[in-house]
Amino acid sequence: MNHWIIAPVVLPALMAAVIVLAMRHHQGLQRIFSLGACFALVAIAIGLFVESASGRIGVYELGNWPAPFGIVLVLDRLSALMVLITSVLALVVVLYAIGSDWDARGHHFHALFQFQLMGICGAFLTGDAFNLFVFFEVLLIASYGLMIHGGGGRRFRAGLQYVLYNLLGSTLFLFALGTLYAVTGTLNMADLAVRVAELPANDTALLRVGAMLLLLVFAIKAALLPLHFWLPETYAEAPAPVAALFAIMTKVGAYAILRMYTLVFGPDAAVTGELTGPWFLAAALVTLGVGMIGVLGASKLGRLAAFSAIGSMGTLLIAISVFTPETTQAALYYMIHSTIAGAMMFLVVDLVRERRGAVGDALVPAPAMAQHGLLAALFFGAAIASAGMPPLSGFIGKLLILDAVRGSEHVWLIWSVILATTLVAVLGFAQAGSKVFWKTTNPEEPSAAAGEDDPAPTPAVTMPRLPLVATGALLAASVLLSVFAGPVNGFLSATADQLYNSEIYVSGVLGAR
Amino acid sequence: MESIGTFLPLIAMMPFVGALFPGLMIQAGRNVCAMTAAVPTILAIIMLTICAPAVLDGEVLQFSLPWLPSLGLNVNFFLDGLGLLFAGLILGIGILIILYARFYLSRQDPMGQFYTYLLLFQGAMVGIVLSDNILLLLIFWELTSLSSFLLIGYWKHLPEGRQGARMALTVTGMGGLAMIAGMLILGNIVGSYDLTVILENKDAIQASPLYLPALLLILVGCFAKSAQFPFHFWLPHAMAAPTPVSAYLHSATMVKAGLFLMARMWPVLAGTPEWFYIVATTGLITMVLGAVIALFKDDLKALLAFSTVSHLGLITMLLGFGTPLAAVAAVFHIINHATFKAALFMTAGIVDHEAHTRDIKRLGGLRHLMPITFLIAMLAALSMAGIPLLNGFLSKEMMLEEAAHTVWAGSPWLVPALATLGALFSVAYSFRYIVHVFLGDVRQDYPSKPHDPDFGMWAAPGFLVLLVVLIGVLPAVAEPLVRTTAGAVVGGELPYFSLKIWHGLTPALFMSAIAVAGGALVLSIHSVLAPRWDAAPRPEAKQIFDAIARTATVFSRWLTDMLHNGSLSRFAAIFAVAVIAAGLFAWTGGEAGPPVREPLEIAAVPAIAWALLVLCSLGMLVFHRNRLLVLILMGVVGLIVSLAFIYFSAPDLALTQISVEVVTIILLLLALNFLPKVSPKESSPGRRLRDGVVAGAGGLAVAGLTYAILLGDFAQESISAFHLENSYSGGGGTNVVNVILVDFRGYDTFGEIIVLGIAALVIYALSQSVLGGAGGRWLASGELDSKKAGDRHPLMMVIASRVMMPIALMAGVYIFLRGHNEPGGGFIAGLVVAIALVMQYMASGFAWAVARQRVPYHTTIALGVMAACFTGVGAWFAGRPFLTSDFGYVTIPPLEKFELATAMAFDIGVFLCVIGAVMLALDSLSSMARRAGETVNQLPMDIDPARRSVANATDKMAVAAGKEA
Repeated sequence: MNHWIIAPVVLPALMAAVIVLAMRHHQGLQRIFSLGACFALVAIAIGLFVESASGRIGVYELGNWPAPFGIVLVLDRLSALMVLITSVLALVVVLYAIGSDWDARGHHFHALFQFQLMGICGAFLTGDAFNLFVFFEVLLIASYGLMIHGGGGRRFRAGLQYVLYNLLGSTLFLFALGTLYAVTGTLNMADLAVRVAELPANDTALLRVGAMLLLLVFAIKAALLPLHFWLPETYAEAPAPVAALFAIMTKVGAYAILRMYTLVFGPDAAVTGELTGPWFLAAALVTLGVGMIGVLGASKLGRLAAFSAIGSMGTLLIAISVFTPETTQAALYYMIHSTIAGAMMFLVVDLVRERRGAVGDALVPAPAMAQHGLLAALFFGAAIASAGMPPLSGFIGKLLILDAVRGSEHVWLIWSVILATTLVAVLGFAQAGSKVFWKTTNPEEPSAAAGEDDPAPTPAVTMPRLPLVATGALLAASVLLSVFAGPVNGFLSATADQLYNSEIYVSGVLGAR
Repeated sequence: MESIGTFLPLIAMMPFVGALFPGLMIQAGRNVCAMTAAVPTILAIIMLTICAPAVLDGEVLQFSLPWLPSLGLNVNFFLDGLGLLFAGLILGIGILIILYARFYLSRQDPMGQFYTYLLLFQGAMVGIVLSDNILLLLIFWELTSLSSFLLIGYWKHLPEGRQGARMALTVTGMGGLAMIAGMLILGNIVGSYDLTVILENKDAIQASPLYLPALLLILVGCFAKSAQFPFHFWLPHAMAAPTPVSAYLHSATMVKAGLFLMARMWPVLAGTPEWFYIVATTGLITMVLGAVIALFKDDLKALLAFSTVSHLGLITMLLGFGTPLAAVAAVFHIINHATFKAALFMTAGIVDHEAHTRDIKRLGGLRHLMPITFLIAMLAALSMAGIPLLNGFLSKEMMLEEAAHTVWAGSPWLVPALATLGALFSVAYSFRYIVHVFLGDVRQDYPSKPHDPDFGMWAAPGFLVLLVVLIGVLPAVAEPLVRTTAGAVVGGELPYFSLKIWHGLTPALFMSAIAVAGGALVLSIHSVLAPRWDAAPRPEAKQIFDAIARTATVFSRWLTDMLHNGSLSRFAAIFAVAVIAAGLFAWTGGEAGPPVREPLEIAAVPAIAWALLVLCSLGMLVFHRNRLLVLILMGVVGLIVSLAFIYFSAPDLALTQISVEVVTIILLLLALNFLPKVSPKESSPGRRLRDGVVAGAGGLAVAGLTYAILLGDFAQESISAFHLENSYSGGGGTNVVNVILVDFRGYDTFGEIIVLGIAALVIYALSQSVLGGAGGRWLASGELDSKKAGDRHPLMMVIASRVMMPIALMAGVYIFLRGHNEPGGGFIAGLVVAIALVMQYMASGFAWAVARQRVPYHTTIALGVMAACFTGVGAWFAGRPFLTSDFGYVTIPPLEKFELATAMAFDIGVFLCVIGAVMLALDSLSSMARRAGETVNQLPMDIDPARRSVANATDKMAVAAGKEA
């Protein structure tokens, strides 16, 4: 029995409890332990990742109850990958939060952060549909707290919308699970897969409704239009490290769609196979369009970053919606990229916002800020990554998707939308960047040739090292993802194959039958 | 020759690696910085030189490294004649530009950045021309767009620089994206993204139905990059860049990337009518248009920019002809144009640098003041005009010769005539560059008194002009390079040709003569033509582009803000409509099974309860502005739901529901205290109608779904049978619900108590944030308008709660202990105990009560989570998975034998979490109340009963005394 599978859930839960219990008045201790836990989580995630690479499905039967009667955790390539991404992102984000003092602007940041990690990892690892709901709740409620961390009227308002919208989603989740259980009499995902396949043909309507509602629940998380309305304000107003961490939250939705719609309601399933038909692709295309148009139309950097996140989810969902091993492989690559790029953009925007004083992140000219050139370079990198230009991973991700959808009957539509929106995004980022970083006003000194080598006209704001390390690490990650695209895709190809050979998963969980 | 091939990636990487350093080395001074930039370029040139002999011998050097084989993206480089020529141009002119820029840039300009950008760009260009994989090529292609964006916007304080940079990025970026699609199609046809493979599949490509789309898309990319009509407009605006950039990007390199790619793809794409008509026509139009516009530009760099457009059009046209000889001419003109145009840009930069203006109208007579510059500029300009003994003449003759043989849509004279016209204007603007700038009288009103610059500044253009003359006089010098390159372009045997000055009395010679004479004539009447040209209405590309960009931005902003207007009720309405529609779609696509179960008889009591439920719900709708009333109605609804659980024999659920109801309503009541008592009217009747319809539809949909579920049954046997069977034997409890909660699905409960704990922490953090911000100030300001209770902590309640306390605690313990076998358990027990505590707090005030108990609620929550966690972890030591339970029977005299299960420890965790969560929420609300001025009482009740009676007596006596008096 490999107890490590549950470690990504137990470790953060325990750490959060310890932080609340023993060090809620000691910011320094909280930081040390939270950071330590993040390091440990990365180590565990790497271990699990290596184990999953063997292709064997790791099953952990909680309470020693056999599947499908108890709850199981399942470690396959996909879940191991997601946990790994989460842990790495968490480490970067916690570094940033500590270095930028964001964690000290309210109460319980680190406890909530660890609980959040517990929820995310739990959602990725579970093999039980209802347990997925539970961990959605864990990650959501922790995210509510993180989102309003630090307070402020605008943030509270956005937070309220976030909470209410997601409560709608949670309610829908319960409806969906109730319906599925009413039809199939089980909650274990592998068992669901078996039973859905064996469902009598004259009693399919209810199951289809359940499957559809479930898809919509995940679509809310994944910010698929028209269920994305919670995202822009939330991401734009959330504290920067939280917004960066949220880069993985939308991926939870994408993950859940991939999981349920390859395993349980797979493309071959007679009953539900066509449920994800053209409308899903269409919605994803519109998501991409609205996201990138939002980038062009943004009046603040925060909203620009938020809409770029929507756009990138659109791209990801396009690839997912085709449901072939090739497109899924491309989607997974893009998912890794999009997590990195999204997080990087939010962190860079925060660095800018912190240095522009009253102007904040509004897209208006302002005096040159401290570390102007450095920030310009970081923004340039983040923009390139988000727009999907070389040499960062977004370009390869896009190429992979474009190449993979060649088999689709809608290939021309997909290509046109992806390429056209890339142009819109490029224009949007270029306009925003040139307004913030080039078109500087210089009240003290009218001579206009201000560059990074000149002394900064604004009072110097020191650049704390950790945020720079965190942001730089994300940039480096994007570069590495490009450089090692070959091996990464080797793993992802195996991951996609494992997903589409669902009998491996089923027999892994339920035993050879 | 494999070993030489390994130089290729090094050549491509060298500038990128080098780009890291100038930004750092600028700290050591400007000379060091420039040298740091030169070193990688020189190294690359040396490596290229090592490779050159082999290539000139006809070899093709290759290098291959798999990068992303599953996509077909590989780091494949190859070097043939075409690559050699372009790499040589890029690196050779690159080193000259580095030299020139060292002297051109002023002290205020951040030179480190400049060289970094320049080297990035150089690397990208070299990458393009060496790539043997079209996906790799695309990567470099986009990199040139990005790095040129930085270069053009280098003077970021100039609005023209910023706008020009954005325009260039948009146009070339758009082309690049089109090209991605085109290249993917091409790769799809051939089945490989490797260029060498693609180049061998001419027939397959041209026979494919996808040939035309691929061609169009690739050409859009090439035309956009090479500033061909109608994408030509970005190039002149890119001239806002410093002159070294203009000289480099817009004469020698970037704009030639499009030409390079057309030449590269020539063997597989050229030769079809589509190719001819699209490419040659575009080139022809661009050539003539560019030449005409150039003549009327007063800005030196604008003149050169449009002349570049024109010459690029010329080369494009030659490539479009599709004949091998035209390809030779194209290659030759690429070389020649690069030399004279780079030199011209540099001289323009010198003039600007010295005279502080580039406006031709303010110049003239410079030959006396700047003789060296004049000499260089004159030779270069004459070459551009196509005057014999200079290299421009040779290639222009070849172009005219080819044009003379070209039939366009049956018309034999159209192409030659237009080509001559283009050449004519080309002569005119070249002459103008000489005559209006350098000839004429010396003026007194230059913004700055010009003189020849230092050697460092004119060395580079001087060297280029040497080449101009050398090739012009001895064309054979360039022949091997041209031959190799053209051979690579054509991809096969070349027909006979020879580069020489005199070809005899050919048609081209006459056309050339006409052009020179006509050009001189046109220039002589320039002063007459110019005002008319300026007065003539014509579309201004920049304004159109700006208008489009602005419209797109404004539209985007409008659309985005309109969609995301922040109205939650609208978001929710869209959500509901989407969910209902999707649900209906799913339902109608399947088959609804026949009802399996009979509906139950409707009995009187449930019917009444049902009616009450409906009435209360409707009541909430009607009275929703009165928040207190709504809360009461909600309580009724909750109670009826609890009753329903009892009716359906679910006592656990009913108990839970009731206790949850109590706690929730109390907390909500406390929260209401801080809110307006009445909801404001915000929605118009139309909006309410809309929301009503949507909500009604949603309600009906949910009801329908529930009804369908209730009438159906499990299609397959449910897993619950297992739970019933194993509850006692495996879980040690007879209450299956509790065993499910703490054992079968204890992990779910583990998650849910954490949810509860987090919720409390969030409430705490939230209230602290509110108190620390504007909310806290508002509360403290005393504006919170609430009527205070006359008797906040009444005697009766205090006494009653004291009496109830031990009973309630005992009930809690009882419920907890019986949980495993009878309805109850840690969750309900926690709520019951919490209610008992809450009562104390209500009776005597929170602060009073909190002072009398020692454990902070944070700790309670944390301990609860840890108890549950450690119970789960404990199983590891028995070699079992997390949360595996165990149970046994113990006898402790004098008690009877009883059961102990590890699940109980888990349940204690649940219990603690629930208490902690409820109390922490209460604590948070109470801290807000204290901020609002709620006093903390020292005594358990407001008035000491004993003292109160005395006081009353005294009052009465006083009153009586008053009456008596």
